[in-house]
Amino acid sequence: MREVTYEQIVDAVKSLCIEANVELGPDVVAAMREAKEKEKSAVADEVLSQLLQNAEIAASERVPMCQDTGMAVFLVELGQDCHIVGGSLYDAVNEGIRRGYGDGYLRASIVHDPILRKNTGDNTPGIVHVELVVGNACTIHMTAKGFGSENMSCLQMMKPSDGIEAVKAFVVETVRLAGPNACPPVVVGVGLGGNFEMSAYLAKRALFRPIGERNSREDAAELELALLEQINQIGLGPQGMGGRTTALDVHVELYATHIAGLPVAVNINCHASRHKHVTL
Amino acid sequence: MSAKQLTLPLDQEQINGLRAGDRVELTGWMYTARDAAHKRMAESLQVGEELPVELVGQTIYYVGPTPAKPGQVIGSAGPTTSSRMDPYTPALLALGLKGMIGKGSRSETVKQAIVQSQAVYFAAIGGAGALIAKTIRAAEMVAYHDLGTEAIYRLEVERFPVIVINDIAGGDLYQQSQSL
Repeated sequence: MREVTYEQIVDAVKSLCIEANVELGPDVVAAMREAKEKEKSAVADEVLSQLLQNAEIAASERVPMCQDTGMAVFLVELGQDCHIVGGSLYDAVNEGIRRGYGDGYLRASIVHDPILRKNTGDNTPGIVHVELVVGNACTIHMTAKGFGSENMSCLQMMKPSDGIEAVKAFVVETVRLAGPNACPPVVVGVGLGGNFEMSAYLAKRALFRPIGERNSREDAAELELALLEQINQIGLGPQGMGGRTTALDVHVELYATHIAGLPVAVNINCHASRHKHVTL
Repeated sequence: MSAKQLTLPLDQEQINGLRAGDRVELTGWMYTARDAAHKRMAESLQVGEELPVELVGQTIYYVGPTPAKPGQVIGSAGPTTSSRMDPYTPALLALGLKGMIGKGSRSETVKQAIVQSQAVYFAAIGGAGALIAKTIRAAEMVAYHDLGTEAIYRLEVERFPVIVINDIAGGDLYQQSQSL
């Protein structure tokens, strides 16, 4: 049994929080540069230029690229032969958030209660999903999820007879309705199957995947590309000011479902699409 | 595409000359306010109290900046989603507010109030918080200190980049660009 300590997790989470907010991922930068080449609208070109410039400033000056440094969401892939010692995994993640958001001068955006709404002051608690996997490693995926885009996400319990065309229409319509609020060009996570909460989880998990990486199943990969094309035909464009680049990518995740159901969840990520991971 | 240079506070003549889609750079001073500050201002107005800042002719920027690092005037400071302020906005426009800066579309009621009050709604680039912070020369907390990042600040800006979304003639850039 391999051991990972509480302190190792705290340190890793702290770094992930800062890095994700300060450095736009190379996959996102590349996708934005590629999008800029294809844009014919002057406004769209200008917006993408400013976003790339913003990413450069953030990285070189070690400041967050966006003021909404998000709710910290984690997917921990915990090997079943890995033993966490010295404290609880959840406490370690929250301590890492506390240090990362404090030391990184990141905005505290979390209120302690959805009704009473008092800011916790240190961006805790985060949201932690744990998946038990084979092996002895502990991989921590993190996304700093802003709520401009999170608020525009949607879930629908479709019926099997609705079919894949209705699924596509729902995804495209969700992005269209999100409009400029979600800070396009967006990355679209689609969770298809499972049940009510599983589809939402799959949609979130899809956002951890690097831009440009396709689903390993060929038909799902084709669905991703078809959705990307349809979404980019809406004409929303960067910041909703018109153009070809409404989405940088679409990631679809699938799971088994019930004979009576076809749950579809759409989790939208803004252009910053902050996602980082580390393996301990 | 060159940007129009405007000074804040805006005068009516400047506002009258703006049309949806115009690129503008703002220099001067503005206030910040977002969800919690708007809610508190609305509560004050309901009980007949005065607002902590005079809004006549002013511009409000919907932002909740990150904390400033040592040596910085302000942290990252991009716009937040404006529609969350929609329920409070018509009352502020009726009080003389002239400009708003945020991102995303406004309700029909707010758009009508913008035309009626002869005001303007600008979008700043959502997420470009580091870039926008470069144009902020000074930041001073002026009200609702207990709200932290949601407090009201007075910002001095120089060539702060925005795009006109809703103008006095009812123009709406988001609608225009979607119907292309």
